Amino acid sequence: MKKCEYQQIDPRALPTPTPTPTPTPPHHRGDDDGGGGGKSDELKRPRRKWEVFPGKNRFYCGGRIIVARQSGVLPLTLGLILVTSGLFFMFDCPFLVKHLTSCIPVVGGVLFVFVVITLLQTSFTDPGILPRATPDEAADIEKQIDNTGNASYRPPPRTKEVLINQQVVKLKYCFTCKMFRPPRTSHCSLCDNCVERFDHHCPWVGNCVGKRNYRFFYTFIVSLSFLTAFIFGCVTTHLALRAQGGKGLVFALQESPGSAVELVICFFSVWSILGLSGFHTYLVASNLTTNEDIKGSWSGKSGEDVTNPYSHKNIFINCCYVLCGPLPPSLIDRRGFLPADESAQTSGADIEVPTVATKSEINVCTQGTKGLLESASLPPLLSTSCPQGKPQTAHTCPDNNSPAVNSDPSPELSMSCGARRAASPQGDGSPSHHTKTRWKKSKRAALHVPNPAFDVPVSPTSPDAASFAPSQ
Amino acid sequence: MRQQAAVAAKVFIQRDYTNGTVCQFQTKFPSELETRLDKQQFEETVRTLNNLYAEAEKLGSQSYIEGCLACLTAYTVFLCMETHYEKVLKKITKYIQEQNDKIYAPRGLLLTDPIERGLRVIEVTIFEDRSLTR
Repeated sequence: MKKCEYQQIDPRALPTPTPTPTPTPPHHRGDDDGGGGGKSDELKRPRRKWEVFPGKNRFYCGGRIIVARQSGVLPLTLGLILVTSGLFFMFDCPFLVKHLTSCIPVVGGVLFVFVVITLLQTSFTDPGILPRATPDEAADIEKQIDNTGNASYRPPPRTKEVLINQQVVKLKYCFTCKMFRPPRTSHCSLCDNCVERFDHHCPWVGNCVGKRNYRFFYTFIVSLSFLTAFIFGCVTTHLALRAQGGKGLVFALQESPGSAVELVICFFSVWSILGLSGFHTYLVASNLTTNEDIKGSWSGKSGEDVTNPYSHKNIFINCCYVLCGPLPPSLIDRRGFLPADESAQTSGADIEVPTVATKSEINVCTQGTKGLLESASLPPLLSTSCPQGKPQTAHTCPDNNSPAVNSDPSPELSMSCGARRAASPQGDGSPSHHTKTRWKKSKRAALHVPNPAFDVPVSPTSPDAASFAPSQ
Repeated sequence: MRQQAAVAAKVFIQRDYTNGTVCQFQTKFPSELETRLDKQQFEETVRTLNNLYAEAEKLGSQSYIEGCLACLTAYTVFLCMETHYEKVLKKITKYIQEQNDKIYAPRGLLLTDPIERGLRVIEVTIFEDRSLTR
């Protein structure tokens, strides 16, 4: 690990974005320097940015679908919800409509639709991924940092202190994304992206929960609590009505076996989901993230007089801000085209194939600065595949561990996690790292005008008005 | 219009976090631009951009109505509607283009729209004076 150290970017050797097209490999190869083969392809076909996205994601359908490298528990979550609701509509609703009121399936239907839509939105929305710094930017920051005279072999974690509303906040330097993370931003090791207002990485939803999809997540768990409680109540009523007249519960269960399944699922999940909703309601009301709450950033544990500098000091305003505030568009532009002579705009290589990345680790590390600068594909490779990435991750671990906290337990499997959550929402410092990464899909991609090919800053005019990142 | 000039340097205006996570940029005038640009001009540009970003993220009645409507429709309204934020971002792009045409390009400079840098920085590209063509 010591052999491959963090490589300084040499600003003198930075490629300037002159009209010479710099070939970047369309597919990741074992040989890092092997970029020449892709050149003719590039000149013929303008590439989209998803093809060079550096995070741990895969893309399908021309960048419209973005998934993590491994599929996760999302199908299970969706399956459980569908199965439980399906059984409810099939077994319980007919009986209850006959004996009680026909509002029941209507209410159930509305809740079900809400739950499914918000779940899919949480999973398929960009949580607020910050695109990585361009090599020029990174070099500029490196230069500034090293001007302070740091000459040790292994650079210490780099932090910058800012004063936000009379509170001192430390901004950490992200070695992977090569930028100082904005406040409340954290790097998710599962997705290998910096996410704004990072809450946690939710395996059940298959995505990080961050600035852009927190409200969807909150609506999802609240509506799921209502749905679970509603189904539980209806099933209990149903069975109670059937068991009337001395017939007994066993008889009722035999008549309606589906209800038994629902009962079990709902009974075990309602407590954890209710607990989770309660916990997140508290977070919303105090404008905190799960990450901050678990780390105790603003609870004054260190003995200092600290308050949350982001809170509006008013529960109502906090709630309005978090849930109904303005929704920023996605900063990563998957469907946008790369400029023909793109070299430094996006961090180059596709790192879909981990084995190849491992092979090239040594190449990348020993090449060092020179190798880094020869092609734009190297910076993310250097930071993500190189063993140095691990100590970097270790630096950022306090941030990354908490993101992986299992937060949205779906029915049935959630008992252990959910009970933990319900019991001690604040004390759960043991991040259950689910190694399975999740997938998120953006259905909005197709509906918005993709970013037309924009010129590199070489052209005298800035990119035209239409070329801003589409909202995702 | 293809720029033939060589890039001499790039200056990055970083974010200013003193007001929290709101998108604001530092108004400190970079020393590399001293020979090319008026300090007032630069500060005016950055201040206007900061105001525009503040307007995009403002907690006003419009954003609340948008948010509540979205919540009631399970956020499906975002699929068909352009948010206030996006509208302001378009305004910002136009403003930057204007500034480039009027002020920066004649001085051999180019502002890059921060949205293309993930709202991290305002990138100012400094071109070599001699080879500037139009």
